[in-house]
Amino acid sequence: MAPQVHNLQELRRSASLATKVFIQRDYSEGTICQFQTKFPPELDSRIERQLFEETVKTLNNFYAEAEKIGGSSYLEGCLACATAYFIFLCMETHYEKVLKKISRYIQEQNEKIFAPRGLLLTDPVERGMRVIEISIYEDRCSSGSSSSGSSSGSGGSSGGGGGGVGSR
Amino acid sequence: MPPGGGGPMTDCEYSQISTHSSSPMESPHKKRKIAARRKWEVFPGRNKFFCNGRIMMARQTGVFYLTLVLILVTSGLFFAFDCPYLALKITPAIPVVGGILFFFVIGTLLRTSFSDPGVLPRATPDEAADLERQIDIANGSSSGGYRPPPRTKEVIINGQTVKLKYCFTCKIFRPPRASHCSLCDNCVERFDHHCPWVGNCVGQRNYRFFYMFILSLSFLTVFIFAFVITHVTLRSQQTGILNALKDSPASVLEAVVCFFSVWSIVGLSGFHTYLISSNQTTNEDIKGSWSNKRGKENYNPYSYGNIFTNCCAALCGPISPSLIDRRGFVQPDTPQPAAPSNGITMYGATQSQSNMAAATPLLQSEPSLTSDELHLPGKASLGTPCTSLTLGQPTPPSSMPNLSSEATLADMLPLKEELVGHQFLTPEEAPSPPRMLAGSPLAHSRTMHSLGLVSQDSLHEDSVRGLVKLSSV
Repeated sequence: MAPQVHNLQELRRSASLATKVFIQRDYSEGTICQFQTKFPPELDSRIERQLFEETVKTLNNFYAEAEKIGGSSYLEGCLACATAYFIFLCMETHYEKVLKKISRYIQEQNEKIFAPRGLLLTDPVERGMRVIEISIYEDRCSSGSSSSGSSSGSGGSSGGGGGGVGSR
Repeated sequence: MPPGGGGPMTDCEYSQISTHSSSPMESPHKKRKIAARRKWEVFPGRNKFFCNGRIMMARQTGVFYLTLVLILVTSGLFFAFDCPYLALKITPAIPVVGGILFFFVIGTLLRTSFSDPGVLPRATPDEAADLERQIDIANGSSSGGYRPPPRTKEVIINGQTVKLKYCFTCKIFRPPRASHCSLCDNCVERFDHHCPWVGNCVGQRNYRFFYMFILSLSFLTVFIFAFVITHVTLRSQQTGILNALKDSPASVLEAVVCFFSVWSIVGLSGFHTYLISSNQTTNEDIKGSWSNKRGKENYNPYSYGNIFTNCCAALCGPISPSLIDRRGFVQPDTPQPAAPSNGITMYGATQSQSNMAAATPLLQSEPSLTSDELHLPGKASLGTPCTSLTLGQPTPPSSMPNLSSEATLADMLPLKEELVGHQFLTPEEAPSPPRMLAGSPLAHSRTMHSLGLVSQDSLHEDSVRGLVKLSSV
């Protein structure tokens, strides 16, 4: 775990922000929170299409689970109404629980997949659920490609991931 | 195996990875020096906050107090004057049921008035710039004069074409069913209407409380009215009607209030019951967005098809948490939302709101501002005493035209970039033509904001003073 922490913090110190890519919402299914899975061209050289799509699809599934209207959400709603919504002082709503899961997932994805590639995902909840913001970092130290620069900052196991981008 | 550059490793703190944290060395240092400000204090919309951000209401709350007073007084009179007689004569269940209804009404009213209706936070500067770029690409170069035509995006939801409009104030494409409330100056999700009686917008997060409020209020009004009439009737059977009215004058007042309220409240409850069962908002119904009159193919894409599911979804569905995070702390290196008309708010809540009240009618409607209008926020922001910036001599605002100040500050900014954080001078800083003048108060307010937050360090304070003096020349 420790090398991963240093990885991201090293990234922030030695890398400079090059640009940000925004994944917009996909409203084709109504007002529920879904993000577009279209692969942005700026990430073409940075990350595999499949990994990216998998991340976005997992996030979409999480949000669908949070907003699911079914038996358990009705129960929660009726119970809350019956207690004049005071129950929310003690209990977390289902939505909040899923949001916590999402932020843990994003952190994990950042550590394992995105940071070794010089990318950083921002939790959509910090951007008002409008976008998934992906920050692209350029490593200042390296004269070569940025993937080699980021692998100099990464620990042993994640070095393979960083180097893998170049080798593919 | 230590990675390359082992030096920084030794003084690195093992803090939770967060996209918001500044480098670990600085954050505990900063927090000790300043009282970190909460996000509600710099909120760009026209809202009032109480209890350190826990309560959120619209600016005009006079009518809300009227509502509260009417309900409290009428119910109070009922419990004081009518209930004793009725409890004895008929059943003590009457005050009990009345009491339960009363508490439910007050509870739902307060819940509706005090909660966040579903305000969408404004776009960060990076997002706004990205959107602008995409729109420019889509439109080709902006042609029609200074103000580009209103921007819309079309999506197909459940087979129905829905137009998403671009909000010039919040710099976002509004999600479907969202609308911008001009009174509160916020985009609100699933915007129903702005209700002055509850002193707040009614939107996605508080619609069910609003509905419960008007429903229970209708029951309460009918209840009180019925039992006041019963009370007077019973008394008049004993003592005659005139004496009965003289014995309990409060009943007359209650009856009058209830009589006039019952039509509107019951009518409103009925209307909203219809809206819920067809899954529409007041906004959509008034505009006739989904009515058959627009065309045979027009239907509501959000409806679940049957009344029961629509009702359950509206009343018992999940509530999303508030997106604006009122009580969170403002992070120094987090990009603040793009708010050209509200750069003033960053200097102190109360003063800024009074400034905004004057400034916003002027500024709110225009995405592209003339330099005269720009001068106003510049004036107000510099005139406001800044608690964090210790400027020796308050620079006379009139001597500091915005555009020149922006240029001088921007020149100095590359030096400060290392200290402040890396997000302020991103490639998006290059202003595109329609944004040119809108960009300058933006940059100005943002740079001033960043300067304000870093000035606690004495080194920064001196450089800030130097900057301001430079720009006043």
